[in-house]
Amino acid sequence: MSSRETILQRLRNRTGGELTVPECDFSVLVRDDWSTAKRIERFEKMIESVHGEVHHCTEDMWMDRLAEVLTTRGARNLLIPKRHEIGQALRNAGREDLPELLIYDEPIESWQAHLFNEVDASITSTRGGIAETGSLILWPNNDEPRLMSLVPPVHIAVLKASELYTTFREAMQAQNWAAGMPTNALLISGPSKTADIEQTLAYGVHGPKELIVLIIE
Amino acid sequence: MSETAEHTGHHIDVKEFHPRAQAAIHNPKIRKNFRSAMDGLMSKRKTAFEGWDLETLRDLGANVRLRALANLPELLEQLEKKLTENGIKVHWAVDGDEACRIVRDICKARDAKTVIKGKSMVSEEMELNHYLKAEGIEALESDLGEYIVQLADETPSHIIMPAIHKNTGEISELMHEKTGTDLSNDVEYLTASARQQLREKFMSADVGVSGVNFAVAETGTLCLVENEGNGRMTTTVPKCHIAVTGIEKVVPSMEDVSALLALLTRSATGQHITTYFNMISGPRKAEELDGPEEVHLVLVDNGRSSIYQDDELLDTLRCIRCGACMNHCPVYTRVGGHAYGTTYPGPIGKILMPHLIGLDEGRHLPSASSLCGACGEVCPVKIPIPDLLVRLRQESVDGDNLHPAKVRGHGAKRSSKEALIWKGWAWMHASPGIYRFGTSAATKFRALQPSKAGAWTDYRTAPKLAAKTLHQRMKERGQ
Repeated sequence: MSSRETILQRLRNRTGGELTVPECDFSVLVRDDWSTAKRIERFEKMIESVHGEVHHCTEDMWMDRLAEVLTTRGARNLLIPKRHEIGQALRNAGREDLPELLIYDEPIESWQAHLFNEVDASITSTRGGIAETGSLILWPNNDEPRLMSLVPPVHIAVLKASELYTTFREAMQAQNWAAGMPTNALLISGPSKTADIEQTLAYGVHGPKELIVLIIE
Repeated sequence: MSETAEHTGHHIDVKEFHPRAQAAIHNPKIRKNFRSAMDGLMSKRKTAFEGWDLETLRDLGANVRLRALANLPELLEQLEKKLTENGIKVHWAVDGDEACRIVRDICKARDAKTVIKGKSMVSEEMELNHYLKAEGIEALESDLGEYIVQLADETPSHIIMPAIHKNTGEISELMHEKTGTDLSNDVEYLTASARQQLREKFMSADVGVSGVNFAVAETGTLCLVENEGNGRMTTTVPKCHIAVTGIEKVVPSMEDVSALLALLTRSATGQHITTYFNMISGPRKAEELDGPEEVHLVLVDNGRSSIYQDDELLDTLRCIRCGACMNHCPVYTRVGGHAYGTTYPGPIGKILMPHLIGLDEGRHLPSASSLCGACGEVCPVKIPIPDLLVRLRQESVDGDNLHPAKVRGHGAKRSSKEALIWKGWAWMHASPGIYRFGTSAATKFRALQPSKAGAWTDYRTAPKLAAKTLHQRMKERGQ
């Protein structure tokens, strides 16, 4: 008999007999319907409490703020999506105050060392956020691959205020995650961190040292 | 480094709990490190649940886990089907050795020489690093705490904070000696050095091995909870990702995950959520530009299906590995994680390990508790840990065949002398004449009572027998 069958048979024929299935009442996770303003306020408070940085922007001026952020960091370059409107807008802007724009359009194998060692910052879109925990929802794809939000030391995420949900449960229901998930999905709540050395917080242990959120209101 | 503490917990004699506990209690550094860390974690947890109806949330957590366990075989089949559809290969292992062989075979098929690892307690349980090393495959831990513990050739002393027993100075010396970094008490510098070294390893590793926090049957999704990003690196950069997990980790849907995640991170470290919640539902697709080409899941039984047989012991399998029970345990806080000599230390280890190693080897585990009940009070899924400790104590001394042996090593601690004394005790208390005779004889000869009563009187004064029995006194009062 295969190990699979051995295990499943032991579980099916348990000596204690059939187990009762309890009711699960999820109402304890439900929050009152927060206004957009309250969601933004809570999101900002939560993500700042874990060293994230929030900038309030509008459609008209987010690029100005981005340029400032990158200048203060002395970023030499910025990894951008090729097809997403964020990337298109940046490329079409032709601005002098932005660093060199890079596009992730080749398989990682062909430029891994460059991505790991030479890219200073990246900008990605989000699939919304979660106010209660200060989290960003990302579904990486071939326009914004998985490593884009992980490897560069500075990750800038663009979040539309209208796509801010109150709780994780609300977000997954609104976006119908039960119907199918992408190969990789993420909640990101702050920059990479560790407290493994004597409980002292240190940022950027493996992923970005800084997470900057541009909220478009 | 002593010979016995090398590589993995298995080489430490679990039976030697008492000498190790004694040594730890007399080690001021261990006492201080654990005390301050556990105090911090307890207060952070309390703050994190402020504003929550915690009892109701814990009830939900318990019910979500119980519901999953009630349908365990069906959920495992559903998970396998969904993962397979998503392109993830599923393997089944009855024990740790088989799980190690599966990982080795996947590595060999890819001609892999190096494995980079994300944090996985199940891989510790399997002693995977040790196994792979013997097969000529280097396995490197990438969680900072695990990395430090591996450099020191030790085992984790806490399931969430593996290197909590070390302070900055020791870590600095260790990294200096093993990796050549400069001596420094600057945690930022030490962390940055580890980042640099590990990034090279991520890029060159052939295979990434990780654990799983929740496996979702409905969507075929493996969820990983972490702060550092090493879990994301491990599951994204190498061409092949192997996830290993216990069979009890499966839940029906993402909605269940939303409840358990709310409990897990707040209970563990007092965080509302961790930096990364990574949900993996498949290998890289043809049009994608990164991610592993192959993803495997190894479902490990290793004693869990035995625990599953018994209605009471089953509650052990609700555990979501947050570590809150150890953070709040007065024994763990004083002796530290290494004293137990087991993969899982603290209260959860005391109720889980006897199933994995047997009550004969783990004989001291169920008794290494004052039954104060703190673990049960903070458990996010309401595992009645004190009740289970009492149950395992009974199992370990039980001798009559009325109770079928449910745990390996059943009755291992039974002493015929002790059993006889208790039999006599029961007989005496059930026979009023004998009882009166016995107690009055005891008061008469009380001068002969020894002033020492073994270990009991090491730190206490021996109680003195009264001059008169309760029966005699009541009689004198005319009642």
